[in-house]
Amino acid sequence: MKIAVLVKEVPDTYGDRKLDLETGLADRAASEAVLDEIGERALEVALNYADSHDGTEITVISMAPSGATATIRKGLAMGAGNAVHISDEELLGADLGLTAEVLAAAIRRGDYDLVVTGNISTDGNAGMLPAMLAEHLDLPHVTGLSTVELTDSTVSGTRAVDGGQQQVTAELPAVISITEALPEARFPNFKGIMAAKKKPFEVIGLADLDIDAADQSTARSIMVSVAEKPPREAGEKVVDDGNGGAELAEFLIKNRLA
Amino acid sequence: MAEFPQDTILVALTVDPEGALEKPAAELLGGAAAIGSPVALIVAPAGTGDAAAETAASLGAVQTLIAEVPAGSSALGTFAVDALVGAAELTAPDAVLVPNSIDGRDLAGRFAVRTGSALSVDAIGVERDSEGIVADHSVYGGGYTAQSAPTFGAPVITVRLGAIENRAEAQPANAQTLEVTDSGKRSADVTSYEAVVETSSRPELRGAQKVVSGGRGVGSEESFELVGEFADVLGAAVGASRAAVDAGYIAQSHQVGQTGVSVSPQLYVALGISGAIQHKAGMQTSKTIVAVNKDGEAPIFDIADFGVVGDLFKVVPQAVETLKAKQG
Ligand SMILES: Cc1cc2nc3c(=O)[nH]c(=O)nc-3n(C[C@H](O)[C@H](O)[C@H](O)COP(=O)(O)OP(=O)(O)OC[C@H]3O[C@@H](n4cnc5c(N)ncnc54)[C@H](O)[C@@H]3O)c2cc1C
Ligand SMILES: Nc1ncnc2c1ncn2[C@@H]1O[C@H](COP(=O)(O)O)[C@@H](O)[C@H]1O
Repeated sequence: MKIAVLVKEVPDTYGDRKLDLETGLADRAASEAVLDEIGERALEVALNYADSHDGTEITVISMAPSGATATIRKGLAMGAGNAVHISDEELLGADLGLTAEVLAAAIRRGDYDLVVTGNISTDGNAGMLPAMLAEHLDLPHVTGLSTVELTDSTVSGTRAVDGGQQQVTAELPAVISITEALPEARFPNFKGIMAAKKKPFEVIGLADLDIDAADQSTARSIMVSVAEKPPREAGEKVVDDGNGGAELAEFLIKNRLA
Repeated sequence: MAEFPQDTILVALTVDPEGALEKPAAELLGGAAAIGSPVALIVAPAGTGDAAAETAASLGAVQTLIAEVPAGSSALGTFAVDALVGAAELTAPDAVLVPNSIDGRDLAGRFAVRTGSALSVDAIGVERDSEGIVADHSVYGGGYTAQSAPTFGAPVITVRLGAIENRAEAQPANAQTLEVTDSGKRSADVTSYEAVVETSSRPELRGAQKVVSGGRGVGSEESFELVGEFADVLGAAVGASRAAVDAGYIAQSHQVGQTGVSVSPQLYVALGISGAIQHKAGMQTSKTIVAVNKDGEAPIFDIADFGVVGDLFKVVPQAVETLKAKQG
């Protein structure tokens, strides 16, 4: 089985994330870049299958600026077999539509039985790409899975929707997205890190995918304005000396919140 | 075929398995009415479309298109996309609004790709300016506001649940059936569905006016009932941190934060929650924030309007008692 796992480089959410107020783009210098945790979990789903199925080939695919090499290589250190890094100056500020077009084209170059993504990225917060990719590739989408069962011809699992849970199943090839209910990913060990240095790492640009970022035939979404909100300020803080609960209640009553 | 308004805003609405129009309907139609004429598309199980269309009219839809899912179909998502494509062709809208739910996102994503439309995600508001429809966003955990617009054409906008307060005036019922052309796209199959029965009458987290959340500090599933009791005296919904969800104190659907639900209530109460940045991302736009934590240095106090440094097992029962006494 050939599995593509889509991973993204994002600003570390433990740090201060900043937007550049001029361009509306992520200020990459303001915080450390990391592999998105949900992407790591997506990779874990594939690695877990590979553990018990010899001959599983896992490719990590990422569209990211040229500086993202080390982040993507982490996927190889964790156990993926090869990496495809799509990097192009023209992709700066790409919207969801262009991102989906690019990733779909990159996926088409391989003959994958399964595409695994996170349900939602921590910076984009869109949760859109899996369905968009499925539409481009004419594959079924099976999004928001909290469990995944994979056979050599089908993928199925539990999908949490508002108000309930569905059991869903699809024939392969398919695009799935997984939630953080699935297990945390393994850590790369020393052997993995050493091995990663020798694994195929392909860097491609828009020309290799035959995509013109300036093509005006599809509508794009653009950020027309960005503003920073003033930070919240701390208010009153009391130390409980046996009366803290009552004081809390008084605060709520005084402010007509109770 | 009836004519559709020049300034049509097409609103994609869904119906639950029992045939009732789902909750975001009022907000989406309210948002649409402020920028144009709301025309609803209702994707409904066979036999339930007419009743849902009446509800849609009462919530402000000037016209409604009903697309009934063929009986026996269990395809995941594709019918709704085909229906929305048909509805957009028919109505030539200025914008398409879709709920930013799990199914809504899949619908909007596929529709935008198929029609080559610009996509704006997780809008907290919609506006019309001289050039067309723009969407308002709150990004990076509420730290920034931003506006997005399409380069041309009608944007597809997913709307954050609970974000739009405007409500539209009721309209006379005006519904027709939409014939849906099957695109033949491949899809997954839904083999079964199980509704999560909410055992309590507590308000739903999304869109709640008040939220009381518990974190790892609450300590166990049993003591999480304390969070529930506090919520009940305030008429609040129950939320949680990811640590509380991971520890199994409460179901994932209650998680507040970056990868959970984003809330913006009048009152947010954080009990035994440290205030990690990913938690704050989902609640820091709340009007008033109250925190109880035994660690006076916990970052949650940096954004709390009122904080009590103390043991929640002492503070919360006393607060509940005091409030009950006042309420009589
Ligand atoms: C990619 C990513 C996404 C994430 N998404 C989310 C998300 O959506 N939502 C979320 O919440 N987290 C999220 N997290 C996790 C987040 O980083 C924190 O780990 C989590 O919020 C911590 O939860 P907590 O505050 O309950 O636990 P802790 O940080 O362990 O805090 C527990 C607090 O309880 C206090 N306490 C203990 N006992 C008592 C007592 N008896 N009385 C009073 N106070 C007491 C302690 O002083 C402490 O401050 C995410 C993390 C990552 C990496
Ligand atoms: N630039 C990217 N490169 C690779 N994968 C991505 C990229 N952006 C998003 N994805 C994948 O799509 C998922 C959902 O992202 P989003 O739609 O941006 O919330 C992520 O968890 C990734 O698996």
